[in-house]
Amino acid sequence: MTNNDAFVSLADVSKHFGSVVAVDHLSFTINSGEFFSLLGPSGCGKTTVLRMLGGFESPTTGEVYIDGVPMSEVPPHHRPTNMVFQNYAIFPHLNVRANIAYGLRYDKIEKAEVARRVEEALEMVKLPGFGKRRSNELSGGQRQRVALARALIKRPKVLLLDEPLGALDKKLREEMQLELRALQESVGITFIFVTHDQEEALTLSSRIAVMARGKALQVASPKDLYNHPVSVEVADFIGQMNFVKAQVMDVRNGEALLDTAGLGKITTSASSDFVRKGAAIIVAIRPEKLLLSAERGSDGRASVQGTIKTSTYLGDRNHIYVSVDGCEKPLAVATPEAQASGEKPLDRESTVWLSWADNALILLPHD
Amino acid sequence: MTDVAYIDRPNRPLYVYAIFYLAFLYIPVMFLPLFSFNDNIYITFPLKGFTIQWYVAMFKDQPMWAALNNSLRVGCVSSAIATLLGLFVAKAVTRYRIPGVKPIIFVIMLPMVVPLIIMGVALLILVTRLGFNLSLYTITMAHVLISVPFAMATLISRFEGFDPSMEEASSDLGAGPWSTFWRVTLPMVAPGVLASFLLCFTISFDDFIMAFFLGGTDPTLPIFIWGQLRFPFRLPGVLALGSLILIISFVVVFISLWLRRWGVEDTQSGI
Repeated sequence: MTNNDAFVSLADVSKHFGSVVAVDHLSFTINSGEFFSLLGPSGCGKTTVLRMLGGFESPTTGEVYIDGVPMSEVPPHHRPTNMVFQNYAIFPHLNVRANIAYGLRYDKIEKAEVARRVEEALEMVKLPGFGKRRSNELSGGQRQRVALARALIKRPKVLLLDEPLGALDKKLREEMQLELRALQESVGITFIFVTHDQEEALTLSSRIAVMARGKALQVASPKDLYNHPVSVEVADFIGQMNFVKAQVMDVRNGEALLDTAGLGKITTSASSDFVRKGAAIIVAIRPEKLLLSAERGSDGRASVQGTIKTSTYLGDRNHIYVSVDGCEKPLAVATPEAQASGEKPLDRESTVWLSWADNALILLPHD
Repeated sequence: MTDVAYIDRPNRPLYVYAIFYLAFLYIPVMFLPLFSFNDNIYITFPLKGFTIQWYVAMFKDQPMWAALNNSLRVGCVSSAIATLLGLFVAKAVTRYRIPGVKPIIFVIMLPMVVPLIIMGVALLILVTRLGFNLSLYTITMAHVLISVPFAMATLISRFEGFDPSMEEASSDLGAGPWSTFWRVTLPMVAPGVLASFLLCFTISFDDFIMAFFLGGTDPTLPIFIWGQLRFPFRLPGVLALGSLILIISFVVVFISLWLRRWGVEDTQSGI
């Protein structure tokens, strides 16, 4: 392996179910101690990847390595991984204590030590005194904690989590996100986390693989994904984004002159290969990077005139949709709530000016 | 206008129908216990008086006890085998991707609808051609054959009612296939296993046709009872025995039906 830090790696892994390609020539590496998320819409293959890591599916081609060891011949019960299942899979015929102690039998640990570690695990997931309960006497959040304790007590090298927060209500989910993050930092185990919730992935992860159609579109830190998406698809999936078509007029000294559909002619720094003279590209800009004003700015920033169409109230902020001549769709502009309700109400159909900082523009290849 | 909702209003024709229906079902059966306590060797009205002498006679009847013993042995062994086979089939069809699984199940279920008399004749021909002696063993094999479909149906529904991720979780935690089977699969399907065993047992215990065609010199209980009917003075004893079996059968069927439901919601409650 080329990367010395690589702890878990997928080498050109594909998985076919009959004629369906669930995972398509996927390769990436995960470092030790990372909180790594697989993010994507349902059916993108993220759960299949997790199940291949856990040993419940075997790759059709390619190989999975954990701590340098190829895994294709290793059955689930001999892998250094443990999994928190989507529905938690708490054994209903056993109480909480027996559930948590379940896996320790195979580690040849003394009885007293087992009891001590179970108590410790219950403490860790904040369920002390719940040992005698049955799974049907637990709430969703408590089941989730039992599943976590049951997996972590095995001290795996890698913990696999299959949308473990999906079934919880929003408030509990946010609480568990914080706890999960803190737990991961304290135990130092590599977490691989599957989710379709981009906000959750951004909150929790040290790195994220954005997946679609069995492929990884981009593997990067949350910040990089948000600020430097590599494709329209990733940019569209992570947060909200405005897209404007553009033509590259000229490229000189790392500066590109673009003719955009709606934002006029723009000069911006460009280093990517696909920004070539004559190429059709996409210019992306986040709603919060657009500034709204009633008059044309005098600070020399690029700006364009538009008409307010609608607005959506999001509590802490508003999204105002401004239609600009030449743009296919109205551009979303994020404004703080105060501004919208402030001294000068912005009426529909009123004319406004949009401006942006030069570095707010993201250039993406046209696909 | 009444305060009673339409759905709660009494419906007299329906009550009458229900009473007739139940009477039709149970009155013939009730003659058994009724005459088993009647102090008369002949089965006629009017009733003469209360007695338990037929029960006493029955308990002293050695051949009857031998026949009961045969039936119990055949019943236990055949239902254990049928349940075990059903367990494997249920596990296979619900947990693995098997090509052509639907036709396979159809073929296994088919004996359910083949008339027993046809099956009996066919088995008799087969067994004698193969040169086996007719005995309790041949009856046991026949009972396995006719009860496997019932065992399968019971166990497949039980397996379908529990999430395969339970078994995956077990192997994820370090349990090998056998350990997973003993510690997770079996406890989770245990009510189904018991229900299947009881159902198969009643099928075997009830069976006359297979035992008639495939039996040797040792009679099972139904064959024994049938033999007794030729002697009028034996009839009240048979009634006493029949009454006892009736009660035991009802209890067993109730338990098995209850077991089929029991625990399923436990494993399906999910989140």
